[in-house]
Order: sequence, then C-alpha cells, then structure tokens
Amino acid sequence: MTLFQIILLIFLVICAVSVSFSKNLVRSIMEFMAFSLIMSIIWLTLESPDLGITEAAVGAGVTSILFFVTLKKIHAIREGNKNEEADK
Amino acid sequence: MGPNLWANFGEAVSMILFCIGFANLLLHKNLIKKIIGLNIMDSSIYLFLALKGYINGHTVPIVVDGVQSVDAYINPIPSGLVLTGIVVSVSVTALMLSLTIRLYRRYQTLDLDEISKRLKKEGL
Amino acid sequence: MKKLTNKLLDWLNAEDQSVFDDAMELKMQEPKEEKEETVQQRMRDRLHIKDEVYSEGESKEVKVLRIIYRILAIILCGFIAYNLLIAVSWLPRTGEFDKPVNNEVSARYIEKGLQETGAVNIVTGMILDYRAFDTFGESNVLNIATITVLILLRRNKKKLPNEIEEKENDRLLEPKNDVILQKAATFLVPAIFLFGIYVILNGHLSPGGGFSGGAIIGAGLILYVSAFGFEKTEKFFTEKTQKVISLSALLFYCLAKSYSFFTGANELESHIPLGKAGAILSSGLILPLNICVGLVVAVTMYTFYCMFRKGEF
Repeated sequence: MTLFQIILLIFLVICAVSVSFSKNLVRSIMEFMAFSLIMSIIWLTLESPDLGITEAAVGAGVTSILFFVTLKKIHAIREGNKNEEADK
Repeated sequence: MGPNLWANFGEAVSMILFCIGFANLLLHKNLIKKIIGLNIMDSSIYLFLALKGYINGHTVPIVVDGVQSVDAYINPIPSGLVLTGIVVSVSVTALMLSLTIRLYRRYQTLDLDEISKRLKKEGL
Repeated sequence: MKKLTNKLLDWLNAEDQSVFDDAMELKMQEPKEEKEETVQQRMRDRLHIKDEVYSEGESKEVKVLRIIYRILAIILCGFIAYNLLIAVSWLPRTGEFDKPVNNEVSARYIEKGLQETGAVNIVTGMILDYRAFDTFGESNVLNIATITVLILLRRNKKKLPNEIEEKENDRLLEPKNDVILQKAATFLVPAIFLFGIYVILNGHLSPGGGFSGGAIIGAGLILYVSAFGFEKTEKFFTEKTQKVISLSALLFYCLAKSYSFFTGANELESHIPLGKAGAILSSGLILPLNICVGLVVAVTMYTFYCMFRKGEF
C-alpha cells in the first residue's frame, strides 16, 4: 500500500463521514460526487483502468446528475404546491 | 486481531466504509441521505473485491507485445465482476430516486418517519 | 355438545348460520335511518380520534424510543465493523501472489485469453466472451431499470388537458437557453461523442468498452439536452427510437451470443475470424457486442434523465 493510496483511502473515509454530518442536501450530494471521483482514482492506482473509466463516467457522472435532477424536481413540486395554496 | 491488519489496510478501510454507509442508512430519516448511504456501501464492497484481485508489481491485464505469463498481470476476474456491479448500482439508484419522487409527489415530504405515520393514518 | 357439532357441521358445509338459528327464525333488522347531522358528528369524531391516536408529536416515550434506536444502530454498526475488521486481519496480505484468489481460472484467462477471444484487453475479453451470458443479463437489468423508471415517472398526456397547465409545467423544466451553456455545449458535445465512440470501438484494445463508452455518450446527450432544450432532441430521439434501439441491440446481442454458444458448446468451428490481435476489427464478436452494450447504456442514461427531468421525451 503506497503512501498515495493510503492518503486517498483516508480522503475516502472523510468524504463518507462528512456526508452523514452535512445538513444541506446539496452539500451531501457534492460530497458523494467527491467520493466517486476519489474512488475512480483509487481504481487507477489498483491497476484496473476499466473500472476507473466506468466509475468516473457512470458513478460520478450520471448518478450525480440523477441526484441533482431529483432535487430540482422536488423543488419544482414544492413551488407548484405553494402556488396552488396561494391561489386557493 | 490477526497478524495482517496493517498489511490489509485497504480492505480494512473498505469494511469501515461499509459500516459508515450502513450507519448512514440507519440513522438518517431523509430518503436521499439513505440512498447515498446505500451507494457508499456498494462502492466499499467493490473496493474490497478489487483489492482482492490486486497483486503487487503486476500491471494492467492488457496483453503487451505478446507477454502472456501469469506473473505479469493482475487477476482480471474481480475487475470483471466490479464493472458489471457499478452499472447495476446506477440502475438501482435511478429506481430508488424515481420512487422518492413519487413519494414526494404524494406525501410532500422526504422524511421517512412522517411518510410511515401518514401511511398508518390512511390505513385507518 | 350437540349444538357445537351442529355449528361445526354447518361451518364445514359453509352454510350461513348467522341468520338462521335452528331454534327459531330471526327477522332481518330494517336499517334505521339516521339524521344527516349525526353522520357528520360521527365522521368528525372519527377524524378526531385518528389524529389523537396517531399524532405522537413530541410525547415523552417517542423521544426516548428515538434515542434508544439511534444508540442501538450505532452499537450494531460498531459491532459489525469490529467483526469485519477481525475477519480482514486474518485474510492473506493484499498484493501477494500465492493467494487462493489467483487460482487456475485467472491463469487460464491470462494465458489463453488472447488466443481464444482475440481481445488484447483480457477484462473485456472475459466480460464479452467467457462471461457473455452474464453481461447479457446485465444489459437486461439496464433495460428493466429503464422500463420501471418509465412506468413510475412518465406523465400521461390525458391528465393534463388544458394547454396552460402544459405550458406552465414546461416553463419550470425547460432549460433557460442561456448563451454560455449553449456555446460551451457546441464545443463540448462533439468532443464527448467522439470520445465515447472511441472508447466503445476500442473496448477490446484499450481499457473501457461498452459500459463506460455508453455512459460517456449518455452524458454527452444529457449535456446537449440541458443546453439546447427538448425540441431539438425530439427530432431525433423520441419514445419510439428508445424502444427500437434498446430492443434491437439486445436482440442482436442475444442472437450473436446464442450462435457462438451453440457452436462453441458443440466444438463446431464458429467461422468468426478473430483477426490480427491489436487491429480494431479483430476479436470476432466482441466489437459488435461492445457497440450493442454501449447503445443500451447510452439510451438508458438518456431515458433516466428525460424521465426525471420532464416525464416524457
């Protein structure tokens, strides 16, 4: 285990722990993106670039987009309901 | 405690990550936090699997100028498993998130306790 | 005692003995009509009781229960972590060669991988040739995920009859077509598509392959849609294209692999040229299979985004 891998793993643990301590949802999703990014770098240090590309493209990329779109959709529904209450 | 805890530092960290993800899943009421916790558990298992296949000093399993001896490349099987696993965990996340949206559309809240309370009320 | 057996017999032959007691015939009760006001009162009481019973609110024991739950959860996680760490400490050291993990299966893949599959990248050769059936299941998992998300999130047009509702809903979800994003997208999207296609086509030579290449193309599509809006993409990507692409890709995958399973299992010569190792058109069926998997993944990622974002394509 080279020093570089140890540092990356420690960063990984910091990201995972900070996801549970962050109040704001957007912040926890950002931390999850950082988690996936560090994970794809770890795949490279473990001599398996296949996983690195897939984790970067699929894990960090599409999963985070889906999280953000879910949040946007939830805010859209919340605004929608506020307007309805306002109209009533 | 066995002899090689420090030698298996990577696998120890992946086990700790698994428990962090599990604690995240248990302790948070917010649905999206739970989904992130589950994803952390997934990634930690994949890290453990890939570390199982890693061999010091061996290179990427891509045949270079005809060298095909076993002690030149790392073990390709775990990375094959993990590749499929990563894509499956994306589809599971997408499924969970779409269920979260439907729940929010009906109950206007992401808090699981609140949803279960209202579910019981409607049950009456 | 006799009455009991009668009841049992009646129950067995499922006669309705609730009304007819064998001693005398009961007259059906005529329902008494209630005043409207009492019904209202009853409904109000029922609601009141329901709120009272289920609004735990911040009562004492609920708070205590919640704290106990948290403590127990933390203790459980600590207990699991401790056991797992003990197990890990007894595992063979990572990075060693003579572990039970590096058995004859991986030796066979490494030594004969190039000859049998023709793929320079042993991992892709393993995924799309030795374990092609598993990857076929994997692409089906993606397809099933697309179908479920379609079921859950698709907005059916019938429920939104009036035009205003449609327009208002779209305004929220339509991109605000700001110029910066569009200019960036005009440069980035072609590069992303090119890179995605490169990763798919070179799946058997360099790291990458169907999954990552498809995800890159999917991300490129998502960037295009969020920059230029859905009218642009509706021209080339509608509901029908999603169905046609994913089903034809899976069908081709199934036919190709059943052919090679059929020939391989019965030691027939499969007449698929493995080509010169290292050339793009080399490793037999792996290249078309990579393209199929890449298409399925790209379509899936784009459908996820459309369904989450707008509810239709």
